[in-house]
Amino acid sequence: MTDTTVERHAFSDALAVAGGGLVAIIGAVVAFKTTTPAMAFHGVVLALGGALAAIYVMTHAFGGKGYSPIDANGYFDGPIRVATVAAVFWGIAGFLVGDIIAWQLAFPALNLDMPWTSFGRLRPLHTSAVIFAFGGNVLLATSFYVVQRTSQARLAGRWAPWFVIWGFQLFIAIAGTGYLLGITEGKEYAEPEWYADLWLTIVWVIYLLVFLGTLAKRKEPHIYVANWFYLAFIVTIAMLHLVNNFTIPTSPFEPKSYIFFSGVQDAMTQWWYGHNAVGFFLTAGFLGIMYYFIPKRVERPVYSYRLSIVHFWTLIFLYIWAGPHHLHYTALPDWAQTLGMTFSIMLWMPSWGGMINGLMTLSGAWDKLRTDPVVRLLVVSVAFYGMSTFEGPLMSIKAVNSLSHYTDWTIGHVHSGALGWVAMVSFGAIYCLVPWLWQRKALYSLRLVEWHFWISTLGILLYITAMWVSGILQGLMWRAYDKQGFLTYSFVETVEAMHPFYVIRAIGGMLFVLGALIMAYNMWRTIRGDEPVDAKDQPRVAAAPELRPQAAE
Amino acid sequence: MTHEPFEKNSIILLIGILIMVSIGGLVQIAPLFWVQSTIEQVKGMRPYTPLEQAGRDIYIREGCYTCHSQMVRTLRDEVERYGHYSLAAESMYDHPFQWGSKRTGPDLARVGGKYSDQWQREHLINPRSVVPESVMPSYPWLAKTPLDTTKAANHLGTLRVTGVPYTDDMIAKAKADIEAQVNPDSKGVKELLARYPKAKVGNFDDNAETVTELDAVIAYLQMLGTLVDFASFDASGPNLR
Repeated sequence: MTDTTVERHAFSDALAVAGGGLVAIIGAVVAFKTTTPAMAFHGVVLALGGALAAIYVMTHAFGGKGYSPIDANGYFDGPIRVATVAAVFWGIAGFLVGDIIAWQLAFPALNLDMPWTSFGRLRPLHTSAVIFAFGGNVLLATSFYVVQRTSQARLAGRWAPWFVIWGFQLFIAIAGTGYLLGITEGKEYAEPEWYADLWLTIVWVIYLLVFLGTLAKRKEPHIYVANWFYLAFIVTIAMLHLVNNFTIPTSPFEPKSYIFFSGVQDAMTQWWYGHNAVGFFLTAGFLGIMYYFIPKRVERPVYSYRLSIVHFWTLIFLYIWAGPHHLHYTALPDWAQTLGMTFSIMLWMPSWGGMINGLMTLSGAWDKLRTDPVVRLLVVSVAFYGMSTFEGPLMSIKAVNSLSHYTDWTIGHVHSGALGWVAMVSFGAIYCLVPWLWQRKALYSLRLVEWHFWISTLGILLYITAMWVSGILQGLMWRAYDKQGFLTYSFVETVEAMHPFYVIRAIGGMLFVLGALIMAYNMWRTIRGDEPVDAKDQPRVAAAPELRPQAAE
Repeated sequence: MTHEPFEKNSIILLIGILIMVSIGGLVQIAPLFWVQSTIEQVKGMRPYTPLEQAGRDIYIREGCYTCHSQMVRTLRDEVERYGHYSLAAESMYDHPFQWGSKRTGPDLARVGGKYSDQWQREHLINPRSVVPESVMPSYPWLAKTPLDTTKAANHLGTLRVTGVPYTDDMIAKAKADIEAQVNPDSKGVKELLARYPKAKVGNFDDNAETVTELDAVIAYLQMLGTLVDFASFDASGPNLR
């Protein structure tokens, strides 16, 4: 090591300790000054997080203790391993809470008459856990993995990638426990209160800097297509998060805040955010996964370079306009509703452009769909993506929306995207990543992946078909008239009609949780280093790159 | 044109992305702050009383919006089921808006006055005692939790920063107004009604001793959709949609 490197490392170590110490002090001050017990708890969590980080850096790096973030293969993969495990952990937690609230809708006694276990608090916990905690960790892990490999450069920063990963977990812990304790902004998918939002902003800015810094160090002249999608995801989420959470705290030491916008302006801002959380968190980011992991796993190049350019720019341009389709026939002006509908329909094209590019990458390798369940997870996820990006534009048409909106059809649509596309592509990526990151020659068991695939697919089908039927049924019942011209059904009769479908949905969700548990078991055995039970059935690329037999060229 | 600059320079790519993702939001959101149909004033609208606002905060805390909308759409069956379609002005003081996205339970935009206080009380404590088929959770703790009135003035003050026209007087009397709204016979009622016309006064939770969270939630529910008088409202006013 040269002298300047040593100095630079000492400086970043000192900065990390100072940062951790500052966070610990802020947390302690908040814990002492607030009158709200829940916020005091969050102050303590923050203080502990900061203190632990500072102590870790001090004991492991200071005075030339030989801390090095770099693996034997030259990459900086430690944070990725943490995020991968965290993704599976939060995923199972989030799926489980989702299934619990599904059962609550079928049997309300399960709300247990306590604030912390009632549907209204658990539902945001479920949505945030699956979108941000599960999806977010998958995106952090894969983006850090992909940007290093496609840039031939290791992650920028000495502590920054660690901060991003652990800072994000701290955000999840604060946001999630906050919901249970009744701390919420009450804006769907943006429920965390102002101080959790501020913390996420810091984490996100560092994330962007690490990503850009890694791109800047790249040895490849071109930025690979997956990174365009990751970059669009990171910057657009930053923009959405900042604008939609423009909130005024009631005090620096109280959790409550009031959002600056009100009524119709707030509604439009919220759904501009909400729909693009789907568009950029759950779509653009995961398309980045598709563009790396499908070609890698099937060992074929991306189908069309030109198509990837066209669908990238059109996708990000059109998505932003789609928000008003959540507000059809409301007090939002008609012109805005029509714009939202029009752009949502146009969005069908780039969405299917992405789907075609993903599916056609299998050209000449379709047999892998039969032999490799990991490929099947990845490819079926793209098929689900195609289906839900067709259903979405359909539901954005005002006439259709007048029926579907406010019903379970929306819930079914979201889950065909979230379970079918986001979760399945994540599972595929995780099954690729685990042996690659832990230097194993294969997954513990490919047969268990097969089981996971079929159990979760069955769960998803039960889920979305139940929601189609209940949603359309309820929508029709709400608008049914009898011969005298009166509304046929009271509201509660339509609630009663939902019961069997809520039970079917909850069973579907249970299967999905079961599938995820199988994955966790398989992952644990792989990480532990157990001898794979069916290594000979697994493709060459299942092994970590360093352990792969070279293909006969 | 070649795509090369975007692929070879991450800053150019970043700027390209920022431009592309900014346009839609600017076109759709910005005009809502000045077009007449979204900022029009409608007679009868007033800021929430401190008690109603506290009830609204509890409504948000408990996640009621995850199952109830507050937006009657301009559709025949909705107008017949719930009442006059919702106006933009009716949520002008709503920070945040609560239009919702799912109706596991019915729309609440005009639930005010549709049920008695006693019904609301029993329904919140155990929904199945009055609607056997309901799947709504029970909220028994609302009746047992005293309302924290110490933060009311601070909350109104913060709302004033966001543009809600609370006067100094309203903020100073926030706590007194809460007491008055749950004590129909108290002296403060007259002042309360002068500050907040049409406010519904009553011993909502049937417990004269303490102001509870149940008081606040019922006060909020009972005023929803009652401020605008649709007998005299003229929807064909200038520049409306």
